[in-house]
Amino acid sequence: MNIDVVINLIYIVAVILFIAGLKMMSSPESARLGNFISSIGMLLSIIATLLYQQVVDYRWIIIGVVIGTILGGITAQVVAMTAMPEMVALFNGFGGLASLIVGWVGSFEAVISNFTALVILLTIIIGGVTFTGSVVAWAKLAEAMPGKPVLFKGQGLLNIVIFVVLIILGVFYYYDMGGLAWPVVTFTSLSLILGILLVIPIGGADMPVVISLLNSYSGLAACAAGFVIINNVLIVTGALVGASGIILTQIMCKAMNRSLANVLFSGFGGETQKGLQVSGDTKPIKIEDAFLILEAASSVVIVPGYGMAVARAQHAIRELGELLEKNGTEVRYAIHPVAGRMPGHMNVLLAEANVPYDQLVEMDNINPIMGSVDVGIVVGANDVVNPAAREQQGSPIYGMPIINVDQARTVFVIKRSMRSGFAGIDNPLFFKENTRMLFGDAKEVAQGLVAEFKRK
Amino acid sequence: MEAIYLTFILILSIFLGFELISKIPSTLHTALMSGSNAISGITIVGSILITGVKGTPFITILGLLAVIFATINVVGGYWVTDRMLKMYKKKGEGK
Repeated sequence: MNIDVVINLIYIVAVILFIAGLKMMSSPESARLGNFISSIGMLLSIIATLLYQQVVDYRWIIIGVVIGTILGGITAQVVAMTAMPEMVALFNGFGGLASLIVGWVGSFEAVISNFTALVILLTIIIGGVTFTGSVVAWAKLAEAMPGKPVLFKGQGLLNIVIFVVLIILGVFYYYDMGGLAWPVVTFTSLSLILGILLVIPIGGADMPVVISLLNSYSGLAACAAGFVIINNVLIVTGALVGASGIILTQIMCKAMNRSLANVLFSGFGGETQKGLQVSGDTKPIKIEDAFLILEAASSVVIVPGYGMAVARAQHAIRELGELLEKNGTEVRYAIHPVAGRMPGHMNVLLAEANVPYDQLVEMDNINPIMGSVDVGIVVGANDVVNPAAREQQGSPIYGMPIINVDQARTVFVIKRSMRSGFAGIDNPLFFKENTRMLFGDAKEVAQGLVAEFKRK
Repeated sequence: MEAIYLTFILILSIFLGFELISKIPSTLHTALMSGSNAISGITIVGSILITGVKGTPFITILGLLAVIFATINVVGGYWVTDRMLKMYKKKGEGK
C-alpha cells in the first residue's frame, strides 16, 4: 500500500478520536477519558506525519518535541488553579505562533498558486493576531499589565489604517506571487501589531469572551495552515476547534447581553459610569450575627465571583458549605456563565476545593427558586448579581441576565470595600432592605464563619 | 479542484464542530476550552513537515521553533485539562 494512503488512514482514525473525545467532554463523568482519547488522536497524527517520505531529517523534530514537552509539561504541572485563565491564554498563543510560522515558511516556495497565496496570508494574519492577542490577554490576566481597557485617541482610526495597509499588502503579494520577501514580512509584522491593538482595549471582566474567541482563532489558524500545506487532518481538526470556540464565544456574549462587536470595540468598563447613582445606607453585619442567621437557615445559595478567585477563598467557602450541610441546611452554588475571567472559571475553582459538581447550579435553574431561599451569600461577585440589570433601564448592564440573589429572604454580601464592580456601576443590591454587608477579605470572613460553627 | 475539495471538508467540519459543542454544560466550559486549545496544537503536524523536509538552515530553525511552540501547546494543554478534570467529583465520591 502507498505510504500516503496509510498516513491518511491514520489521520482519519485520529480525527475520529478527536471527535469522540470532544463528544465525551459533554459530561463530567466521561470528560477525563475524552481528553485522553483526544490526546491519543494527537499522538497518532504526529506519528503519521513522521511517516511522510519527504520528512528526511528527524533530529530537529525530536529536539523540538523534547524541549516543548519539558516546558509545556512542567508549566502545566506547577501552575496554580487560580492562574488557569492566563495559562490557557498563553498555550493558545503558542499554537497561533506555530501556525503563523508554518504559513510564513509556505511563502518561501518558488512557485505559489493564487489560492495558496491567499491561504498563506490568512494563516499569517489569524496566527499573528492569535499569538500577540493571547500574550496581551495573558499579561492582563496575570496582572503583568493593567486589566483595565487601554484606550487612546485615534485608536479606532489606527486599527482601520493597519487593516487597510494589510489588505493592500495582501493584494500586492497575491499578484506578485512571492517574488519579493518584504511584503510578507511587513504583512506579518502588522498582523502581530494588530493582535496587540485588538486586545488592549478589552477589560478584565470581558476576558471570558476574548479567551474563547482567541481559542477559536487558534483553530482557524491551524485550519488555514492546513490549506497552505494541503493537509486534511489540520483542516478538519482546526475547523472543529474554530467552531467550538465560536460557540463558546456566543454563549459568553449572550450571558452578558452584549454583541461581540460591543465586547471587542467599546472599551467597556474603561471609566466609571455617571448618572444612575444609587443612594442609601448599607447595613453591615458582624460575623457572629451572620452565623446566627445561617445556623437557622434551611437553604443557602452561594454566589461566587472573581473576588473569590482573587482572595483564594474557595477552600474556606467549601468548608463553610460542609458545616452548613452538617447543620441540616441545603447548600447550593449558583454559577453565572461569565463569573470570573474565563468560561467555567468558578466551576474549576470549586472543583479544586472538592465541591461536588452536582451541587453547582446554573443561573437559569437557580433563579426560579431564588424566592424560596433563606440566605444568599455573594462571595466576590458584583455585576453578575446587580439588580440594576433588571430594574434600571438606561443602566449600561440593563438587560444582562443576572443571578437574582436579591430575591432570597436574606442576602449576605462578602466584600472588601464599597468600590463598584468592574463595570463601574453602582450596585443597588448593597442597599436593599434584605441585604447585609460582611465587610472583609472573602477568605477571612468565610474562615470566621467556619470558626463560629466549630465553636458551637 | 483540490481547493474545492478541501473547502468541502472544511464546511462539513465546521458544522460538525457546532453540533458537537452546543450541548456542553457550563460546568465543563473551562475544560472544553483548554481541551480544544490542546487540539488546536494540531498545527504541530505542519511544524513537523517544515522541519523535517530538506530545506535551508533558516527554514529548519523556523521549523524547530514552530515544533517547540506547538508541542508546548499540545502537551501543556492536555496536561492542564487532565489536572482540571481529575478534580471534578460527584457528591459522595472519595476525596
